[in-house]
Amino acid sequence: MKRTYLGEFEEIVLLLVAALDGEGYGLGLTHKINEETDRAVRLNQVHAALHRLQEKGMVASRLGDPTPERGGRRKLLFTVTAYGYQTLQDIKNLRTQLWSDVPTSPNLAIV
Amino acid sequence: MNQHSQPPRWATRLLHWLGHPDTREEVEGDLLELYAHWVRTHGPRKANWHYTLSVLRLLRPLAKSRHVPEYTTPFLLSPDMLRNYVKIAWRNLIRHKVYSAINIGGLAVGMAVAMLIGLWVWDELSFNKSHPQYDRIAQVLENQPLENGTQTFESLPFPLSTKLRRSYASDFKYVAVAVPMDITLAYNEKKLTKNGRFSEAAFPELLTLTMLKGSRKLTDPTAVLLAQSTSNVLFGAEDPINKIVDTGDRRMAKVTGVYEDLPRNSQFNGTAFIAPFALLATSSPGIMTNWKSSSFPIYVQLNPASRFEQVSAKISHVLYEGSKDPVKPTLFLWPMRQWHLYADFKNGVAGGGRVQFVWLFSIIGIFVLLLACINFMNLSTARSQKRAKEVGIRKVVGSVRGQLISQFLSESVLVVAVAFILSMGLVWLSLSWFNQLANKQMAMLWTEPLFWLAAFGFSLFTALIAGSYPAFYLSSFRPVKVLKGVVRVGRLVALPRQLLVVLQFTVSVTLIIGTIIVFRQIQHAKNRPIGYNRNGLIAINTSSLGRYDALRLDLLQTGAVVNMAESSNPTTDVWSSANNLDWRGKDSNRQAMFGTVSVSEDFGKTIGWTIKEGRGFSRKLTTDSLAFVFNEAAVKLIGIQHPVGEIIRWHDKEFTVIGVVHDLVMQSPFEPVKPMVFMMNNERTMNTITIKINPEQGAGEALATIRAVFQKYNPTVPFDYKFADQEFATKFSGEERIGNLASIFAILAVFISCLGLFGLASFMAEARTKEIGVRKVLGASVVNLWSLLSKDFVVLVGIAFCIATPIAYYFLNNWLQQYQYRTEITWWIFVVSGLGALGLTLLTVSYQSIRAALMNPVKSLRSE
Repeated sequence: MKRTYLGEFEEIVLLLVAALDGEGYGLGLTHKINEETDRAVRLNQVHAALHRLQEKGMVASRLGDPTPERGGRRKLLFTVTAYGYQTLQDIKNLRTQLWSDVPTSPNLAIV
Repeated sequence: MNQHSQPPRWATRLLHWLGHPDTREEVEGDLLELYAHWVRTHGPRKANWHYTLSVLRLLRPLAKSRHVPEYTTPFLLSPDMLRNYVKIAWRNLIRHKVYSAINIGGLAVGMAVAMLIGLWVWDELSFNKSHPQYDRIAQVLENQPLENGTQTFESLPFPLSTKLRRSYASDFKYVAVAVPMDITLAYNEKKLTKNGRFSEAAFPELLTLTMLKGSRKLTDPTAVLLAQSTSNVLFGAEDPINKIVDTGDRRMAKVTGVYEDLPRNSQFNGTAFIAPFALLATSSPGIMTNWKSSSFPIYVQLNPASRFEQVSAKISHVLYEGSKDPVKPTLFLWPMRQWHLYADFKNGVAGGGRVQFVWLFSIIGIFVLLLACINFMNLSTARSQKRAKEVGIRKVVGSVRGQLISQFLSESVLVVAVAFILSMGLVWLSLSWFNQLANKQMAMLWTEPLFWLAAFGFSLFTALIAGSYPAFYLSSFRPVKVLKGVVRVGRLVALPRQLLVVLQFTVSVTLIIGTIIVFRQIQHAKNRPIGYNRNGLIAINTSSLGRYDALRLDLLQTGAVVNMAESSNPTTDVWSSANNLDWRGKDSNRQAMFGTVSVSEDFGKTIGWTIKEGRGFSRKLTTDSLAFVFNEAAVKLIGIQHPVGEIIRWHDKEFTVIGVVHDLVMQSPFEPVKPMVFMMNNERTMNTITIKINPEQGAGEALATIRAVFQKYNPTVPFDYKFADQEFATKFSGEERIGNLASIFAILAVFISCLGLFGLASFMAEARTKEIGVRKVLGASVVNLWSLLSKDFVVLVGIAFCIATPIAYYFLNNWLQQYQYRTEITWWIFVVSGLGALGLTLLTVSYQSIRAALMNPVKSLRSE
């Protein structure tokens, strides 16, 4: 199977982009991540991740309409591409397959 | 309240400049949104803090846009675009023919003037530089502290040269007496009167003459070196070496060398021969050891290690040691590099001279050029506003600013290039005429890199300056505004233009005033009463003629001659002077200098002097051989009111003053008449015969008769005469040349300024077409409109006049101070110049303003 290079944080961002279905943008995604995952990410990290994803061809961007709260600037809205979606699917399938091998009550180490 | 809080502006701006260019839009938007969020959750203070911190984190100062535009911007200087620029520029030039002609023509004229002046200055500065040892050659001069300041003389006693050579051998490489003289060279039947030098043996070495044949050696006292031109005339194709020539008065000499003629811009230009001094002195060898007779210029060449100042100090006492002259003269060296430009001595120091004219013309040249540049800039900027629409369109179809800038700059470079080529043509055409006017032989410096450097540098500079306004200002226009037609050009844009017009006219008016005053000064000196009658007076140089009395009788008999006389110098100069006259009551410390002229008895009648007191010389009274005739200046100098009958002691003889004549202007017409003493001294040599031609005969006929008589008496010497009035006129040639050049430059400056004004006026009239139309509809008369359009320019010229007047007064007053006999600067000169400038302005502007005022308002309002 083709190896997909996707870091953990990138995966979360990509998932959220897919979840927001074309309405995700830098700040929105930052807020979402902060809410959902309970970790403190910063805007610049999200931006960096989005750009890496775009370079890998997993998301596409388009400019939205300008809004007053943004001082007349437009949002850069991200949508997941077919390749991005496929990658997510692959990761999910891989996990599911790996999960299926995990016994229902594995021996847990005691630390 | 929270709604209204704003993030720090500087942070936003910082992000805008230094953030990643590709993510600028969304990052800025996100941050703003985030800021609002922070304000809600944390309050404005913390929000500001967070915002700033985030901005700093988001700075990517080194990031470059990876964005590739959809349509590539063509290379700024791509051939296609350049071709387009040239095409548009060309169309613009063709479309506005009058502007273009004014623009290019004016600039070309200005450049041509600057180039001509540049050539002239170059020529002046390179004078004498062709001598290989230029830096080490000097002339020995003598300073005499006299009553009216230190006077400088170049005539020195002969033994001084020997003394310098022997005692200061470590400093002087060569020391040589070289006395200029006109002689008649003869070989077989060919005769030729030429100026050359009788010199000591070192002179040809000192000048490092370029020998074409033979050697520079001049040790043989019967050798002679000829200039190539002289040799060609005398010998033609024959080999001149070892041929015997007569160097006048049967001094036979053998040609031992032929040297290349000295160049025109050398002090020694025209030296047709160089002969040993011993050849000249064969008849009077005593002169070579006589410290009393000062009549020889001495030239030196220093050794490489010696400096002029140090050597000057070393030798300053040498002359006094030898001559024991009570005046205590001092010697000094006058370096060759000063000979041409610094030849005026004031109190024994070389100061001014031609260098003043070099400065004057350089300044005029720069100003004329400046005027032309100003025109060019004014017209280009004025016209460029008409092209605002073009800028708008170009921007809309995708021009970036860099392209517009390069378009306008290339356009002005093109125009300047055309003007430059034109100006080269003008210079080429006018150079022979200018040479005649300036009495020079200048050529284009095609091979001089400095010339090209200056020309290109200047052209580029003009082009950039003139093109910078449209290039940088117009290209900044917003296309929307331009196309809507709401470009407002405020007063600030017109202000520099007005300043430039004022500057132009200040220069022009100053030049007009200057020219008028220079010509008035010349006229003033020309109108000066000279104290004798020049008409029909000719002077003949007769240093080698005897039997004067018989000649005189013969000439008087022909009827071609009214009267004639002999004298020691022509009426247009004074060749000798004395400072050792003693009179009753003279302070023994005074060093009073008199010009002395020996004359024959008919001198006064021949030249027609007027006697103020006493009488003139008489043939019948033998006592007149010890008689003086004074001029008024001499009377003033000795301070005796009625000197007739006074006894004057001179050279141990007692002379009686028999008469006083009105001052005769024999030397410079710009200086006061020097004290003069006339005497009938038979011991002195008479150098000149002055003849008054019979006015009833034509000059040509009379001269032919006189020539025949002269040839009878002395067939070996060519009959060579000079008209006194022509000789006198040459005294003005320097001033007249300056006047002519200044007037030409003034005319050109005014012409260029008017051209500019004409262009500006037409532009103004065109820009105000609508306004004029509306005014006409509302009932303005043509006169109203004319004055409306002309007023601005008249005011500008008025201001210029006010500035020019004191400047001109200051400089011309300074200039006039150098003349003792000078004209007054009267008020009417300024009035005339002012009115002239005003008239010219009105004439120039009126053509345009009247044309605009006469336009049919229907047409002007309908346009668009």
